[in-house]
Amino acid sequence: MALDSKIPEGPLADKWTTHKNNIDLVNPANKRLIDVIVVGTGLAGGSAAATLAELGYNVKAFCFQDSPRRAHSIAAQGGINAAKNYQGDGDSTYRLFYDTVKGGDYRSREANVHRLAEVSTNIIDQCVAQGVPFARDYGGLLDNRSFGGVLVSRTFYAKGQTGQQLLLGAYSAMNRQIGRGKIKMYNRHEMLDVVIVDGKARGIITRNLVTGEIERHSAHAVVLGSGGYGNVFYLSTNAMGSNVTAAWKAHKRGAYFANPCYTQIHPTCIPVSGDHQSKLTLMSESLRNDGRIWVPKKLEDAKAIQNKTLKPTEITEENRDYFLERRYPAFGNLVPRDVASRAAKERCDAGFGVNATGEAVFLDFAAAIIRYGKEQAHIKGLDENDTEIIDKLGKDIVKSKYGNLFQMYEKIVDENPYETPMMIYPAVHYTMGGIWVDYNLQTTVPGLFAIGEANFSDHGANRLGASALMQGLADGYFVLPYTIGNYLSDDIRTGPISTDSKEFEEAEANVKKQVNHFIQNNGSKSVDYFHKKLGKIMWNKCGMARNEKDLKDAIREISELRNEFWKEVKVPGESNEFNEELAKAGRVADFLELGELFAKDALVREESAGGHFREEYQTKEGEAQRRKEFQFVSAWEYNGEPKDAKLHKENLTYKNIEVKERSYK
Amino acid sequence: MSGFFKSSVGRKVAMALSAFFLMFFILQHFAINILSVFNPDLFNEVSHFMGTNPLVQFVLQPILIFGVVFHFTMGFILELKNRSARSISYAVNNGNANSSWMSRNMIYSGGFILIFLVIHFIDFWIPELNIKYVIGDTSGLLADGNYRYFEELQHKFVPIWRVILYCIGFVFLALHLLHGFNSAFQSIGANNKYTKSIKGIGKAYAVLIPLGFIIIACFHHLTYTH
Amino acid sequence: MNLTLQIWRQKNAKTKGKIVEYPIKDISPDMSFLEMLDVLNSQLITLGEEPVAFDHDCREGICGSCSLYINGEAHGPDRRVTTCQLHMRKFKDGDTIFIEPFRAKAFPVIKDLIVDRSAFDRIQHAGGFISVNTSGNTQDGNAIPISKHDADTAMDAATCIGCGACVATCKNSSAMLFVGAKVSQYALLPQGQVEATNRVENMVAQMDLEGFGNCTNTGACEIECPKGISLENIARMNRELMKASLK
Repeated sequence: MALDSKIPEGPLADKWTTHKNNIDLVNPANKRLIDVIVVGTGLAGGSAAATLAELGYNVKAFCFQDSPRRAHSIAAQGGINAAKNYQGDGDSTYRLFYDTVKGGDYRSREANVHRLAEVSTNIIDQCVAQGVPFARDYGGLLDNRSFGGVLVSRTFYAKGQTGQQLLLGAYSAMNRQIGRGKIKMYNRHEMLDVVIVDGKARGIITRNLVTGEIERHSAHAVVLGSGGYGNVFYLSTNAMGSNVTAAWKAHKRGAYFANPCYTQIHPTCIPVSGDHQSKLTLMSESLRNDGRIWVPKKLEDAKAIQNKTLKPTEITEENRDYFLERRYPAFGNLVPRDVASRAAKERCDAGFGVNATGEAVFLDFAAAIIRYGKEQAHIKGLDENDTEIIDKLGKDIVKSKYGNLFQMYEKIVDENPYETPMMIYPAVHYTMGGIWVDYNLQTTVPGLFAIGEANFSDHGANRLGASALMQGLADGYFVLPYTIGNYLSDDIRTGPISTDSKEFEEAEANVKKQVNHFIQNNGSKSVDYFHKKLGKIMWNKCGMARNEKDLKDAIREISELRNEFWKEVKVPGESNEFNEELAKAGRVADFLELGELFAKDALVREESAGGHFREEYQTKEGEAQRRKEFQFVSAWEYNGEPKDAKLHKENLTYKNIEVKERSYK
Repeated sequence: MSGFFKSSVGRKVAMALSAFFLMFFILQHFAINILSVFNPDLFNEVSHFMGTNPLVQFVLQPILIFGVVFHFTMGFILELKNRSARSISYAVNNGNANSSWMSRNMIYSGGFILIFLVIHFIDFWIPELNIKYVIGDTSGLLADGNYRYFEELQHKFVPIWRVILYCIGFVFLALHLLHGFNSAFQSIGANNKYTKSIKGIGKAYAVLIPLGFIIIACFHHLTYTH
Repeated sequence: MNLTLQIWRQKNAKTKGKIVEYPIKDISPDMSFLEMLDVLNSQLITLGEEPVAFDHDCREGICGSCSLYINGEAHGPDRRVTTCQLHMRKFKDGDTIFIEPFRAKAFPVIKDLIVDRSAFDRIQHAGGFISVNTSGNTQDGNAIPISKHDADTAMDAATCIGCGACVATCKNSSAMLFVGAKVSQYALLPQGQVEATNRVENMVAQMDLEGFGNCTNTGACEIECPKGISLENIARMNRELMKASLK
């Protein structure tokens, strides 16, 4: 099947408007006859479920958590971008579009990104109307901050909990519809398969995580908003339950999986402290507004820091290497995430890391404290040279801006970041890859849609900070509810979908077979054992820097590990009860397949772009080297074993933006 | 409005309003009693007024009784309801880590105050009713022509057991008020920039008023000379 | 560190539960409390026993999944943290640690340490929203200026993560801090004014229906709340309901 991205004709800026005007609509009376399943209740799924219900569709929403409010969008800290230009700093739809395409290393679809930039402003208005308490200035107007990879202030925020507030906004919109009976909410339900009837997605099979019951649910269309697959690395900033299962099952039923190798490694996370570690904690990118990143200039200083015989505050200015400021003077500490992460890895690999494992760099607020302190002293008419006053005033400002993050850091690391620089290291954070979708967000399976992080999205090979929230809500509030109408307009006479068809039966039997296998398997190793092993392979061989040999090894090792998993995994308990190990086993089984496809995708992509860095393809300065012949989306068709997946290419063309070397110098 | 008082929030507002009324009553009760220490004549006159004025006797007194009964009944009902909100209790519960003993044991301090009140009614109030409405003597005079109130008060505090009983009763009142005063303000939604001051006043009230009553009891016990 | 754990085990909602003792060795002080339980569970799985079920997800203190009543306090002895952010350095070698589920009639146990907190969701369904459809035509976000103080206070209320520590801690299993926080967030914003009357009445009515106890202002919820939600929010809810009842 040839990939058709269905991008509307016409000038870039008019495409979305024209498309909306030409889309088939479903009249309100008919919407009542149509059911839509939404899997996942994060920003994308939650906002889509609410909006679809407002429009009049009967929505069934599913989440594996005990409440939609706990989806992992809640953990996003920093903010959400929108081209409002409230600061008058020259922002515009085009500039947001441009920054996003460039930030994505010219690997995203122009038309999608422009649409995203267009609706970004609506998101802010919508959220304010919902009662999202965005930060405001003293005049009562919305405040902005800046994020990496851009030269304007367009990020709206709610303290360090923007994702939480936006999600609670979407959740409140859902609540209204649940109260009205337009959304039927299924908490603690995990989707374990998509059901395809006559070539169209017509339902899903779920497991009730409390009772263990396998259930059939039918609908006229299925929407996946099930998030990313960063947990294939075991250690990531994702929630423990975040998984690829819904997306992977869709893939196995015919949805192409695009660009799995594009993974975002976030530069500012708390470093790993030991083998017991279950997850990594992100420190918001907003910290890079004021924090300066450095390592010692001299190797012996680095060694002394690693051995704890030297304190970071004892290293003088001239012996510090502010490597981001040195390498990228124009953007400094605010370079995009992929660039910052790689630069940190480069220093640590060279031996300049600053914690016991040698895998950490400093994020220092001392300069910011002094700068703010002087500013405040000036405003208050106090002595600008009194270091004590300045220190106090400066710390107060830093506390007001980042207090909760500093507190979190201190709780985890047991060090006071006001007194000694923070230590940070990159960690897996977001996956740009995902299910391939066309302009309508429909996958290669008719009637199956993917939104938010679950699709391969608008971020190309690298996502800019504060754009994930934007994309999730854009898809859910403003794009999918329109484009899905185009598909559903053909279904107004279909009537209710029966769950008694042989397709449902077959899918349910498959799910039960897998569940029974896990319960009956007489293995000896826990699910986590395999997950951790997979994570090690992924991090070491498909992590921040990749090469052909490692990737080939990874494919082989993952395949072997998968075989071992099916033979040796031990799942205690029963299938007809709450059984977390059973749920985890299913998720890890899918990660073990996805991981292999991931490595294969990375192997095939013989270039460096954004989050995908191939050591063979770098410039003399060690920057990513893009290659013209790889200006395409890799969309993989399932074909049995992951290594047999078939590649389809969607060529990317840039008519409104000049493809340049992506420089932040 | 009737729906309001059926809601959990409404009931706690009702508790607070009755508490305010009772706290005001205690304040005026104290104000009159303390006169007995400084000015027995004035005490006698005010007592006679309070004991015979029809407005006080037939309007305020029933309201007071209603307030007392309401506060206790509602308190017990809420306590039972609150207990039923947790069917299995914790094996280990460290209440001291997050709340004061007083706040967690209002039902006990309140219960002891109720016992005290019953005794107090039997001791003071029923004999009063007996004299005024059964015997029908509303003159308020002793055989010698003087007012009987101060004389009776002093006489009451001769036995040490009664003084001790009163002291215990008022200690419980203090404990009850230490939480109750501020709690009542919180219940009616007064939590604002004045809260700090209210808390200070609350503590002072909770300690000083019961202490004052104790001092009155001790004073009369020690100064009775007949 | 070596510890003795006393953990509530309960097969499902219908069976009776009991406290079971588990000794555990070689715990690193850098572990989070949940990572310590991970270690216990991996040992139990190796021994062929059923692991202890507990709710958890984000492990960074924001999703509100993790619960646990640890040594008599919701989310354990540390302040302003959830259980996933509680570190073992807060305990001493040789300690005995009691781990129980959040207890309230409105939060029935599902298994072991997992409770059903859907009562919170139902309270939100009753009124935890502003009735605005998604249209793209709402007025500009800056059309109504909101004083920084009100926006910040609303934000403070809105940081509630819905974990239920307030209910678990409250001697009366009252949910008023949770409900008060939500009522407050909307009451403080002009967008929330239109429906203020219905919202507070419906949410309080649903809260009562769910079987939560009444607030007696002990203030324990505020102390144990991982997000430090203030008692002011309960007072504000009380005011809002009084206001509503007079309308």
